[in-house]
Amino acid sequence: MKDWFKSGAPWIWLNGGAVALCIVMVVGLLGLIAIRGFGHFWPADVLQTTIIDKNGNEHRILGEEVRSEVIPSAVARDGGYQVPDDVELVTRYLIKQGNRDVSARDFNWYLETGMGEWEYPADAMVIERREWGNFYGFPLELKENGETLVTTSSPEFWQELSERVERSVELHHEINHIEKVDIGRINHSLERIRLERRRLQLQGADSATMAEAEAQFAERRAELDAQYQQVKAERDALYEQLERDALVARVASGTQVTIALHNIVRVTRPNDMGVFAKLGQYLERFWEFLTDEPREANTEGGIFPAIFGTVTMVMVMSIIVTPFGVLAAIYLREYAKQGPVLRLIRISVYNLAGVPSIVYGVFGLGFFVYFLGGSIDELFYPESLPAPTFGTPGLFWASLTLALLTLPVVIVSTEEGLSRIPTTIRQGSLALGATKAETLWKVVVPLATPAMMTGLILAIARAAGEVAPLMLVGVVKLAPSLPIDGNYPYLHLDQKIMHLGFHIYDVGFQSPNVEAARPLVYATALTLVLLIIVLNLTAIRIRNSLREKYRSASD
Amino acid sequence: MLEPTDVVERSDATAKAKDTARTPSIEATQGDNRPFDQAEPMAMENESIKLEVSGLELFYGAERALKNISLQIPEKKVTAFIGPSGCGKSTLLRCFNRMNDLVDSCRIEGKILLDGDDIYAPGVDVAELRRQVGMVFQKPNPFPKSIYENVAYGLRLQGVKSKRILDTVVENSLRGAALWDEVKDRLHDNAFGLSGGQQQRLVIARAIAIEPEVILLDEPASALDPISTLKIEELIYELKDKYTIVIVTHNMQQAARVSDYTAFMYMGDLIEFGDTDTLFTNPTEKQTEDYITGRYG
Repeated sequence: MKDWFKSGAPWIWLNGGAVALCIVMVVGLLGLIAIRGFGHFWPADVLQTTIIDKNGNEHRILGEEVRSEVIPSAVARDGGYQVPDDVELVTRYLIKQGNRDVSARDFNWYLETGMGEWEYPADAMVIERREWGNFYGFPLELKENGETLVTTSSPEFWQELSERVERSVELHHEINHIEKVDIGRINHSLERIRLERRRLQLQGADSATMAEAEAQFAERRAELDAQYQQVKAERDALYEQLERDALVARVASGTQVTIALHNIVRVTRPNDMGVFAKLGQYLERFWEFLTDEPREANTEGGIFPAIFGTVTMVMVMSIIVTPFGVLAAIYLREYAKQGPVLRLIRISVYNLAGVPSIVYGVFGLGFFVYFLGGSIDELFYPESLPAPTFGTPGLFWASLTLALLTLPVVIVSTEEGLSRIPTTIRQGSLALGATKAETLWKVVVPLATPAMMTGLILAIARAAGEVAPLMLVGVVKLAPSLPIDGNYPYLHLDQKIMHLGFHIYDVGFQSPNVEAARPLVYATALTLVLLIIVLNLTAIRIRNSLREKYRSASD
Repeated sequence: MLEPTDVVERSDATAKAKDTARTPSIEATQGDNRPFDQAEPMAMENESIKLEVSGLELFYGAERALKNISLQIPEKKVTAFIGPSGCGKSTLLRCFNRMNDLVDSCRIEGKILLDGDDIYAPGVDVAELRRQVGMVFQKPNPFPKSIYENVAYGLRLQGVKSKRILDTVVENSLRGAALWDEVKDRLHDNAFGLSGGQQQRLVIARAIAIEPEVILLDEPASALDPISTLKIEELIYELKDKYTIVIVTHNMQQAARVSDYTAFMYMGDLIEFGDTDTLFTNPTEKQTEDYITGRYG
């Protein structure tokens, strides 16, 4: 035993054990998120069964099993359920029943006691709707303008239904495009006319110019109005077409429900699908999740605006933090006189990295948003006051706050990189008659770029995952539009954005429907992790190619 | 003044030099034994003087690294500085292109004249001086750029943009450094792909591309293998037709082979300076003789 200790083997086992523990934790975390996140998009089978409620009445229910758990029967009895005395433990199932419009609650727990056989009827259908969440039920007939078109007895029923759903989704898409892009553009132009007019007034233009401008504005406004009327007519026509079809369906309890087709996103019959059909469905839903906008208070639909907002914010932050950090590091390392003052500055910079991020958020709100933003508004956007332009949280301030937060990382890595450049290379340049600045920019800084990239990688990893400060300086639950669009100036730095990290918090903890939101939390978390990995891999690839270029310089 | 035991290090090269250098020194004892007077620099008959050092003192903080050095370096000849480690020979070399300016604590007294002008006079443009006095370092230090860009670097600094001029100068410099044939097909490859000896010749090509008048070589072959060393020595021999060369070396054989004049330094003092043949065969000073015969160093 003593020899074993002497041999150093325990030390190796200890080190190996630490590594193994790290791997287990990372794999476990990612695995959990991945399984829960990816599992959400798989079309679950729809079960139909009967249950007996507290009052002894029998009900027929239809829905998806979410999960089950075993509880002591005493608890169930306390809850008012009738459980036989000789049973100690009972299983209860959480069933997603949807139909919020019919039965108010879409997730319900049911005891196994008194539960009938589980059946999976082939014609049970799941309808994803734009409002009221999912619908579970059986189809009866399809109506056009109130007249029955086909019933389920007809063999063409499903064919007809899917074609009509496709049509209404297409129409919806067109309307959405008109409202977002065309009407958005007209509104944008109208707002600019209003601002121009206001600016002229503020500048105290004399009555002659004012009258001239007014005439011009009126002309432009009239033109826009005409455009608007035309677009609106188009849209209204589409809406009218959209109203045409409706589906009559029966819920498990027997009630008949009419669902307008324009409210339907997707109709599926999971019990009737093979593995490949389900796989296709799975990919379609996953794709929708990544590319669509959220619905129903973020508990349904996609997270595209959040992905877009996160990426845009990280990009803007990188553009801000890199030059700042690099210039500061160059000054600290190359020009500043080494001494106690510099040491103090360096310690302060390093310690910035340890300041809690919410403090940056508070600082960003107080200094950037209210002070800087307020001043910018007074100086450059007086025409839109009292409505703030930059004096309110937004993309730019969020990026700037994160840039401040990640600045120490970039400075430290760049300084490290600069200090590793061999003096012989600097002297070689100086000996050829280069000045210090020329040496710096032509030789030293290019050699230090891999180190700068390392700093940027760390900064991106930190910034993309940060949530707390963003809640104060520019991230919101639901942003009406993306920060980049087709309207001048294309990149809207003053706009509020959605963010994956905040989306997780919002969906997971601020949602009115916790059960419905839970899988989305995992899926969103998974997306965030993957996004950070992608951003990091890109930066690492750039760094490695730079390293390759300057390979043996630091040997 | 000095004890042989003070000096601890002796490189292998010096050890080998001992055997060859001893024989002539014994023969030469019968020759003219003119004492060397440091205060009165050796007269350079028939030579025009490129660099003239008079009364040079150099301090690193309180430490006196060079003590009252006076010597004259003739034009278009090879002058070698030899001496044990830490004797100040590299420091003296770095005074000629003011590389010592980079050391904060360094202070200089005395004069160094380049073609009669004091290079430490106020108002001297250091960058311009370094263009006239090029330097090659102990370790090859190419820039992380292509071979072509390494050689063109000095010219680009001077604002030369013409592709034609750059091409010509790059080719001539690489030919001048005896490297052209080896790299002409891969001018745009990274310079780090070259071997150590090739890199050192590339650095020499880089130095001569800006057509300096003086080239300072600081132990240019100490990091190279024997064959590369030979090539560098041949190159030095060719370069002296056009440039004044000052070389610092640990290897006394090398000094004997390549230089026309040799200075022996010890502990910041210039002990002896003279014609290479004379210094190696018939040294005036006891210390010089002890060093070149390998008794210390």
